[in-house]
Amino acid sequence: MLYDIIDYPTLRVLWWALLGVLLIGFAIMDGFDLGVAALLPFVAKTDSERRMVISSVGTVWEGNQVWLILGAGAIFAAWPPIYATAFSGFYIAMFLVLASLILRPVGFDFRSKLKSPRWRGNWDIALFVGGAVPALVFGVAVGNLFVGVPFTIDADQRIFYEGSGLFELLNPFALLAGVVSLTMLVAHGGTYLILKTDGEVAARTRRAVTIFAPISVAAFVLAGLWIASGITGYAITSVVDPAGPSNPLLKTVTTAPGLWTDIYTRMPIAALAPILGIAGLLGAAGLTVLRKEGLAFISSGLGLAGVIVTAGMSLFPFIIPSSIQPAASLTVWDSSSSHRTLFVMAVCAVIFVPIILAYTSYIFHVLRGKLQPDDAGHGY
Amino acid sequence: MAFFLESSFVGLFLFGWDKLSPRAHLATAWLVAIGSNLSALWILIANGWMQYPVGAEFNFQTMRMELSSFFDIIFNPVAQAKFVHTVSAGYVTGAMFVLSISSWYLLRGRHVGFARRSFVVAASFGLASALSVVVLGDESGYTVTEHQKMKLAAIEGMWETEPAPAGFTLFGIPDSQAQETHYAIQVPWMLGLIATRSIDTALPGIKDLVGVAEGRIENGKQALVSLKRLRADPADAEARAIFEATKADLGHALLLRKFTETPETADAALVAKAANSTIPDVGTLFWTFRLMVGLGFYFILAFAAAFYFSAKLEFDKPWFLTMLVWSLPLPWVAAELGWIVAEYGRQPWAIADVLPTFLAASSLSVVKVGFTLFGFVAFYSTLAVIDVFLMRRTILMGPVEVLGLNGPAPVAATAAKGA
Repeated sequence: MLYDIIDYPTLRVLWWALLGVLLIGFAIMDGFDLGVAALLPFVAKTDSERRMVISSVGTVWEGNQVWLILGAGAIFAAWPPIYATAFSGFYIAMFLVLASLILRPVGFDFRSKLKSPRWRGNWDIALFVGGAVPALVFGVAVGNLFVGVPFTIDADQRIFYEGSGLFELLNPFALLAGVVSLTMLVAHGGTYLILKTDGEVAARTRRAVTIFAPISVAAFVLAGLWIASGITGYAITSVVDPAGPSNPLLKTVTTAPGLWTDIYTRMPIAALAPILGIAGLLGAAGLTVLRKEGLAFISSGLGLAGVIVTAGMSLFPFIIPSSIQPAASLTVWDSSSSHRTLFVMAVCAVIFVPIILAYTSYIFHVLRGKLQPDDAGHGY
Repeated sequence: MAFFLESSFVGLFLFGWDKLSPRAHLATAWLVAIGSNLSALWILIANGWMQYPVGAEFNFQTMRMELSSFFDIIFNPVAQAKFVHTVSAGYVTGAMFVLSISSWYLLRGRHVGFARRSFVVAASFGLASALSVVVLGDESGYTVTEHQKMKLAAIEGMWETEPAPAGFTLFGIPDSQAQETHYAIQVPWMLGLIATRSIDTALPGIKDLVGVAEGRIENGKQALVSLKRLRADPADAEARAIFEATKADLGHALLLRKFTETPETADAALVAKAANSTIPDVGTLFWTFRLMVGLGFYFILAFAAAFYFSAKLEFDKPWFLTMLVWSLPLPWVAAELGWIVAEYGRQPWAIADVLPTFLAASSLSVVKVGFTLFGFVAFYSTLAVIDVFLMRRTILMGPVEVLGLNGPAPVAATAAKGA
């Protein structure tokens, strides 16, 4: 068969890596407009300042958000059990994220329609919620992957989520992870906003970046120490067939504290990822102080990539561990789509991702440059 | 990819007028349009697969359908017919919106030049789309005949197999208890012609289809038994052979799970019960389908009349303009009715003949599902109220005041925001 030209284990690792690429793409692209929305009430005080801040992301946020849809779509198509477990397990959290995200398009479109300050003030709150809540919840979700999600799988491969709801998701470690994602996206959004603005708004944003970037690094380091010492990690104890059927029940799993950091002793080079995360975010703050605006944005983007790669590699080969039936944990080797599906998707990705990147760059090229408070060309 | 195309360029389309040459701006408009049509294509390919799951095979090791032919999935006849039908319905909705608002301006004598231009464009585009909806609806009907016989029989309230060519029931009151349709008024031959495009192919009635389902459930029990053996020993060649021979009916045997924990040993009474559960709600389908088709023909007439009047430059028929103003919500109604026919008509299946809906549902508690259902309904209803309020305000202000301009460019911008 044609799809045999790339073997199943390679495709699985490839799609695991691509999932990481999509998450990084989402964090860098949509992350900055979520961060800008979260900063909106604090760095912009007057209506014209706020309109300028909104205009800085108004034209591009919609395209950016497709990274999220693409990520969810890739999980749906390449990792169906992951999709099913995540959407059921994080059900109320997903609802919160969706409800907040829905506030964004209406906020962007409706705000400018009436001149009433109350109307505009309410939509500013909506935009703030639409930026801050998803940024926080995404981190909480990733934090819960480390803690484990309470689900079981029966012989029919049906997934049963046994948790009670939202509150067990809000455990201390997951909240710390939420702080990491919220603060790093706010800092990242800040570096973008500085690129697009001048004057008071830019000055306030610079202060925000120099505060939030170090906080995110501190939270990230703290989370790392916690994982290394306290959080229970998982490891597969049976022989793994990387080309085996996607049936999570065919393996055995052991749990012990510290197993999540196992990879850094087996493969010391993996430590480059957390180092990149820390250096990138601290660099963003430093470069902002030095007024190297473009480099600061790139540096914080690299920082986000480092943080996300760290999370993915620490969990590897696990994607969603089960806290109540560890053997049912979903891993790279037993929760993917079929060989043929992964191959067809890989072909599509090779064709379309470069096209998408090309026209996205074109759009940012057209929209380059700083905005002015009275910039009338935007309609916001 | 399609979403990306649509979402990335919509920003440039709406706000790039000053930054792009007119030619480049027109290109962004085209890219947004192509992107949204492509999105519809992929969505309907997915939906078409749920109606008629081709290009996939059941894998007992992973307990799921797995891709066997990407080509078959994309060129699924059900998906192709549905795509054009649904996209055309979207065009009708857009055209009716523009036509209705233009009629309102004409009635009030406001922005007459602007309103006439959009009236003509909406009338001609709407006529073509409305024709396409009905023609492709007919194509959809033809593919339903081939692949979803139960849905067709339920839409027709056709309990018994009719001698070819079957008549089309124009009116009737389907009675699910007595399993017959009262007071039926039939147009001879018509259904046979529409559904089979021949005069000698019989259409199976609901009762006969239930009989077919009984046979498939019995057959599917074999699949369940061999599946259990395969789970115990994946190398069991005999069980594998039985499973391969009967797995097409596995989904039918799963229907038994609604009535028993041990479907492998279900008796004839349970099998009959499960077979009966394959009948969708006939009354609902019968009436939603007829209302939808009725609206479809009304759209053709309305757009044709609008086209005729605008060709004669007669924009002064108050009764006709008033009728168009009030027709504004009708395409949405028709689309919802069509959705009910397609999705409710597929019940009890989530994926036709493969996965029953009650097994496809997640294990989430009713409270949680209820909470989000209520949450989304409340949330979207609030947004709908705000949206209608803003739309009404924008329409009242009119194109001149909203855009501070009057010319071809604002026409495009208003149309895009309306849609």
